Amino acid sequence: MEGDHAEVEIGGIRREASIALLLGEGVAIGDYVLIHTGYAISKVDEEEARAILATWREVMEAEREP
Amino acid sequence: MFSAFRNKELVLTVARQIAEISKGRSFKIMHVCGTHEWTITHSGIRDLLPREVKIVAGPGCPVCVTPGNEIDAVAGLSMREGVTVTTFGDLLRVPGNSTSLAEAKSRGGRIKVIYSVEDAIRMALERRGEEFVHFSIGFETTAPMTAVEVVKGLPENMSVFTSHKLIPPAMDFLLHAGVDIDGFICPGHVSTIIGVKPYQVLAETYRKPMVISGFEPLDVTMGILNIVRQKANQTHLVVNEYRRAVRDSGNERAVEMMHQAFEIRDSFWRGIGMIPRSGMGLKEEFRGFDAAARFGMKIEPEDRMPEGCSCGAVLKGDVAPEECPLFGKGCTPEHPVGPCMVSTEGTCAIVYKFAMPKK
Repeated sequence: MEGDHAEVEIGGIRREASIALLLGEGVAIGDYVLIHTGYAISKVDEEEARAILATWREVMEAEREP
Repeated sequence: MFSAFRNKELVLTVARQIAEISKGRSFKIMHVCGTHEWTITHSGIRDLLPREVKIVAGPGCPVCVTPGNEIDAVAGLSMREGVTVTTFGDLLRVPGNSTSLAEAKSRGGRIKVIYSVEDAIRMALERRGEEFVHFSIGFETTAPMTAVEVVKGLPENMSVFTSHKLIPPAMDFLLHAGVDIDGFICPGHVSTIIGVKPYQVLAETYRKPMVISGFEPLDVTMGILNIVRQKANQTHLVVNEYRRAVRDSGNERAVEMMHQAFEIRDSFWRGIGMIPRSGMGLKEEFRGFDAAARFGMKIEPEDRMPEGCSCGAVLKGDVAPEECPLFGKGCTPEHPVGPCMVSTEGTCAIVYKFAMPKK
């Protein structure tokens, strides 16, 4: 990370992206971000992702119970 | 972890719940995002749903709604001595009213396909003696990038031709016109910028459920389930099902940048018409960066689609791509007649690519 730019990895390819639209969101090295036309537009919340997946796994398991 | 959003068993679990609720009723749901259409078609989601649940595409393809005369005007600009036009790749082959950027390029026009507006800035800085015009189109997802660079200040030899459009006014327009749908799947990427609020007034006014969804199969089926469930319960809430990427308040910095750079204007949507307060143009203080002013471009709104093309009706969800007489006959991604068959976000191109039986 340097100024309003950061190195990002997309599908194994490293390139530079602008974080000018995420300044103030507290992005840090190692965060997942959503990139659109070379700009990070949103920080991805891994906790939210896990919570949703856990909920649906429970529903799926419940369906399998006899 | 994110690959689990493509997990077949999870998606089928959601689909079974949709089937359970939709027994004996029918639903029609519209999305307004080319990437949603991609997911739905690519993953065969329509085939997982009961026949009673129909998913239609709305005007979610930015290059498809960019007026033909604007494309013509920018193509003309690329032919001028010392001017280079920069644009995103999917606009290149879109037919304008009389030409396309690709055609202008083949006749000697200077057009560079870029990945990011920063590429255009870099080119302008490297070649100070030439003029660079960025053809800046797109919805709320793409406008903030141009906005932030305009506010920072573009190189003197660079200007922008803006044709940015806003999604909620287009949804409002369709709902006001009485589009026959039960709810909207709201675009995930646009929503990362604008958040939940702009949809709330629409959901309330028209009493339609709206769900912000991500782009994996699980995201989309969850969105459909939520709308079906809300419809059954007679609620019309805005629900954010893409919470891992969309904050309810959106990206406030991006919105602030758009407010600083742009003013809201009425805007012409190709195939649909003039939609009040649905576009953004540079504010007076940034007129120095406005290519239309710098080069004296005059563009009158005019709605034309190539002859026989149903793209306008496809964009409003009135006609499915397969119902267009040209689909797969005169019009294919290799030889597109209308804009919906060109872009990777165009409904016709997506449906053609994934849903046509292979010969």
